[in-house]
Amino acid sequence: MISIRGLTKRFGRTMALDGFTLEVQRGSVCGLIGPNGAGKTTAMSILATLQLPDEGDALVGGLNVVENPAGVRALTGYMPDFFGVYDGLRVWEYLDFFASAYYLPEGGRNRLIGNLLELVNLGDKGDCYVDLLSRGMKQRLALARCLVHDPEVLILDEPASGLDPRARAEVKEIIRQLGRMGKTVLISSHILPELAELCDRVAIMENGRVVVSGTVDEVTAAGSGSRLIVVEVVEGAGDLARWLAPRDGVSLAEADGRSVRVFFRGDRNEQAALLREIVAGGYAVTQFHEVRRNLEEAFMAVTGEVNGR
Amino acid sequence: MKLNPVLLREMRQRFRTFRTPLIVSLYLLVVGGLCLGYIYLRWRHMPGFYQPGRSRELFITLSMVQLILLAFVTPGLTSGAISAEREKQTLNVLLVTRLKPLGIVAGKMVSSCAFMVLLIVATLPLYNVILLYGGFSPGQMLGVFAFYLVTIFLFGSVGMACSAFFQRTGPSTVAAYGVVFAVMVGTILLGGFIYEVSRVPGPVPAPVPVISQLLQDLNPPVVMMRILGEGAPFGPGRDLVMPYWGIYSAFYLLVSVLLLVWSAARLKPRRAGGRTTWRQ
Repeated sequence: MISIRGLTKRFGRTMALDGFTLEVQRGSVCGLIGPNGAGKTTAMSILATLQLPDEGDALVGGLNVVENPAGVRALTGYMPDFFGVYDGLRVWEYLDFFASAYYLPEGGRNRLIGNLLELVNLGDKGDCYVDLLSRGMKQRLALARCLVHDPEVLILDEPASGLDPRARAEVKEIIRQLGRMGKTVLISSHILPELAELCDRVAIMENGRVVVSGTVDEVTAAGSGSRLIVVEVVEGAGDLARWLAPRDGVSLAEADGRSVRVFFRGDRNEQAALLREIVAGGYAVTQFHEVRRNLEEAFMAVTGEVNGR
Repeated sequence: MKLNPVLLREMRQRFRTFRTPLIVSLYLLVVGGLCLGYIYLRWRHMPGFYQPGRSRELFITLSMVQLILLAFVTPGLTSGAISAEREKQTLNVLLVTRLKPLGIVAGKMVSSCAFMVLLIVATLPLYNVILLYGGFSPGQMLGVFAFYLVTIFLFGSVGMACSAFFQRTGPSTVAAYGVVFAVMVGTILLGGFIYEVSRVPGPVPAPVPVISQLLQDLNPPVVMMRILGEGAPFGPGRDLVMPYWGIYSAFYLLVSVLLLVWSAARLKPRRAGGRTTWRQ
């Protein structure tokens, strides 16, 4: 549904996007992760037809964002990372304005607005002035605005930023519901555990390009190539950590009570070989297992590796 | 016929607040105060009767005051039209809709001009006071109102263009007032300067250079005075190709339309050839 190939965008000497490539399948929820300045917002604003790329192609639903921006806009709902609302407009007037801006017929607009407000849990706020809503409510109203023309694709740039946990949970639930409705969602966020829960696929960006992409499991496994293994022994955890530290494939070994956390580069056979060596070394091993890293750790590992840290 | 969505929203926002009747009241207070104050001063010097011949003087004064107020209010209304949307971060969500940039600019422009026209129409009862005593024709009054419409359109589009060019409303407003000042005062000063420089002292009046003639034909106060039957400030006020009001209207309407089209073009995404794009 979204196909981006070799997208490049410069702002003066700053390279915001440098060969950015990404595929998002129809009906999937794809998370875009990256540190500040990685190029997430630039990529999203190009997809939303707000900026032109210097090089490369971006297609939404098969339509090129440069050649057919009007067609792309009809297919796309865009929520920027920062947005304002109009003073002196009621909630239903705000949505009615955007419905008219998409040239939706007047008949049936009231029902549409009612349904959208119900979807985002603002059903009782239709007559409130938008500038008086709380931040969480404004975010949900912005989601409703994105949906006013029933787009197939949603581009959500940090939709839960600056919200309290309760408001975040509400926004998250709405996005989950949109995924169930079959919308294709491209979402960026700094709250990585939440992305892991929401997304079918994630892409980690750094320096204007995608470094790793795939399902959440694939990306967390990819990390930097090193796996976190916990070895629990009856006694002598400190000795074991010192014994492991200089061995091949071990980048870090640290004792933590009766266990040792080992960052080890190697496949399953090499893990088995390491276990045999530890046992042969005279350590009484009670547990030896790999700890699955979460998305946040994978993100730190991947972006750290790209930057040579 | 479907109303431009931006126009409808702007109207809704503008005419709903307490600020609008307040501005109209203040405007009427200023214009009416000046008008009635003038009548009072004239009556005070010759109590008991009012000289009808003076109403022409009053009409000219009132028209000039109104023109100056237009020059102050109109750029102020439009110089934040686009830049304020940027500052409030509402522009991006507007641009991803199916609205065309020219439609957005036109909606905002018509809304601002409608407000100015409301201000002018609200002053009509004051003109009736003068009309009661005669001294000018209804045709001249209509001419002045048509002149106001062209001038509002010009000042409004200058403000709109500044608003599209500058990222912030502050610099946009300063620039808009600068351009309006150049049109109101600069044209006549430059025209007069060129006339004086090219004039050969002597008993025979020197012909007015074309550029000076053109500049005085493009100066709003001069054009308005000529509509009211007053003479040109320098030279006999000859016609260039078409009458002075034709030159004024045609030139400024063309400039205004070009400024609006340019403003709309500024809203379209651009490749970053320079250091920034409009989104920064």
